[in-house]
Amino acid sequence: MDKTPNTTPRQSWTFSNDVNSDIRRAAATGIYDIRGGGAKRRVPHFDDLLFLGASMSRYPLEGYREKCDTSVTLGTRFAKKPIELKIPVTIAGMSFGALSGQAKEALGRGATLAGTSTTTGDGGMTEEERGHSEKLIYQYLPSRYGMNPDDLRRADAIEIVVGQGAKPGGGGMLLGQKITERVAGMRDLPVGIDQRSACRHPDWTGPDDLEIKILEIREITNWEKPIYIKVGGARPYYDTALAVKAGADVVVLDGMQGGTAATQDVFIEHVGQPTLACIRPAVQALQDLGMHREVQLVVSGGIRNGADVAKALALGADAVAIGTAALVALGDNDPKWEAEYQELGTTAGAYDDWHEGRDPAGITTQDPELASRLDPVAAGRRLRNYLNVMTLECQTIARACGKSHVHNLEPEDLCALTMEAAAMARVPLAGTDWYPGKPGF
Amino acid sequence: MANTLNMAELELRAINSTLQEAAKAQANDTFEIDNPRGSHALACGLDGPLSVTINGSTGYYCAGMNQDAAVTVKGSAGPGVAENMMSGVVTIEGDASQYAGATGRGGLLNIKGNASSRCGISMKGIDIVVHGSIGHMSAFMGQKGNLVVLGDAGDALGDSLYEARLFVRGTVKSLGADCVEKEMRPEHLEFLADILTKAEADAKPEEFKRYGSARSLYNFDIDNADAY
Repeated sequence: MDKTPNTTPRQSWTFSNDVNSDIRRAAATGIYDIRGGGAKRRVPHFDDLLFLGASMSRYPLEGYREKCDTSVTLGTRFAKKPIELKIPVTIAGMSFGALSGQAKEALGRGATLAGTSTTTGDGGMTEEERGHSEKLIYQYLPSRYGMNPDDLRRADAIEIVVGQGAKPGGGGMLLGQKITERVAGMRDLPVGIDQRSACRHPDWTGPDDLEIKILEIREITNWEKPIYIKVGGARPYYDTALAVKAGADVVVLDGMQGGTAATQDVFIEHVGQPTLACIRPAVQALQDLGMHREVQLVVSGGIRNGADVAKALALGADAVAIGTAALVALGDNDPKWEAEYQELGTTAGAYDDWHEGRDPAGITTQDPELASRLDPVAAGRRLRNYLNVMTLECQTIARACGKSHVHNLEPEDLCALTMEAAAMARVPLAGTDWYPGKPGF
Repeated sequence: MANTLNMAELELRAINSTLQEAAKAQANDTFEIDNPRGSHALACGLDGPLSVTINGSTGYYCAGMNQDAAVTVKGSAGPGVAENMMSGVVTIEGDASQYAGATGRGGLLNIKGNASSRCGISMKGIDIVVHGSIGHMSAFMGQKGNLVVLGDAGDALGDSLYEARLFVRGTVKSLGADCVEKEMRPEHLEFLADILTKAEADAKPEEFKRYGSARSLYNFDIDNADAY
């Protein structure tokens, strides 16, 4: 008798192997998963946009011959000393504590060689970082760890952190194993305890208070330093408008692909909007207030190459910031450490338990032996190379679109590959002159 | 003789830059400020020995980030007075609004009246003496330093406290998560005797109770989830 044919074993899309492993992990531990990095799910992104390039109606600029300027000035609204950068790519805030001293030094070295700025993080300013960063942005965070007026005055700009893309509305937690004596000393806490970073500032609650807080910081620093306000990609139109109202010189807008040192996975993957969805509403807010290019917009969250930079600028940003990509350039998740990643139960490219401090690449750790694996000089050079490549790529695209400055890129230079990206970026779906929500249709 | 700056005639920037320059000069000058009219960010960012008396009430962030200077407000102070203070002495003759001494790292904040909610929030080494009472959520996430209250404390005192020490003479409406009453040891009485003298406070060390962290929330434990 013929055997009854079996159907092919079918995995559930809803209950996939990944989902089931999450359920088993939760059932075994009783606690949510904490990890570093940004959203890993696929969301509409810059890959869903294309540049049109020059043709009959536009003429391009000659590569290697005709100038395509990449300089950017941040903080022209109120500050006496705006930040002048050679390239439109900056290094995002990452803390000493989350990162080793060597990694912070490497970021400063690389950024300085490339002519751009780097940014402190929760935990204060270190000598390694100040000493090796020509332009250093000092973050003013809810925890105020390490905050003092001397460092405020040593900074080149001050970034008031309201939120970040990985966790708009969330604070942070640096687990005890990374709270070494030096980290604890800088944060005025006992060694080895879990250190919580508050989600709200202790001495202001809304944009009206923040306006007065900014007045105080300007008074303390003689109105010299640009004041940035960093927000997560939550309500970009209103957040940007309120940041302008509160007196920001620069708005930093971080989408959900932007990384964090440690947060609940559920927070990273389910709160906040993709970077692509945030840019146009923010630019719209600036335009509605007559502040586009007066208050500069820095976009971050998933910027990986010169095409991403060019697309962010074309949508109206003045500059971008990179965090995760900068760590990868330093050596994070490098396959050369694969054997050690395997021992940690992961693989190169997927390692995200940065909060545990056991990073084989020696970047997200306070373990002296692991940290010594990173040579800050060589890593700084890698970052410089990477920043230079991003800039060259961005220039290549800008010239192809006939632009003598990367800031001359515009939405008209773009089309979208998907309906979602067309709607978010407000540029036509490829092959049409239409995007969802376009007036008149 | 004191130099007098009149806020009816001078802008905030002019006043603050005069004070900041004088502080930096380390000359131990004396200034009086008339007609403050609730101005924000007054006498902030002083970095050096200087004596400033403000004849009236101030707005937000008076004496913010103070280093070494002695600032006296002959009136009441708005939110965030002496925020992130590093050292020196800030005296408020009247009452202080919310977040007084927030994230302060050193020096003495001496409030002769009452302080509102979140007094000493996230304090990191400052000493705060309040001659009257304090509002709810005071010393929230307090890391280091001492909060001494001659009157009463509101709800949720010392919630999520780290190593800051809290001394209250009157009643405490309620303690926050992980804050407990602790034994008063000789070194605490000695500290109180000293700080009460410095703050010219009319109270005896023996009249106070001490509160501090139970340290049960220092390392994350899922069984503590109900504490929040």
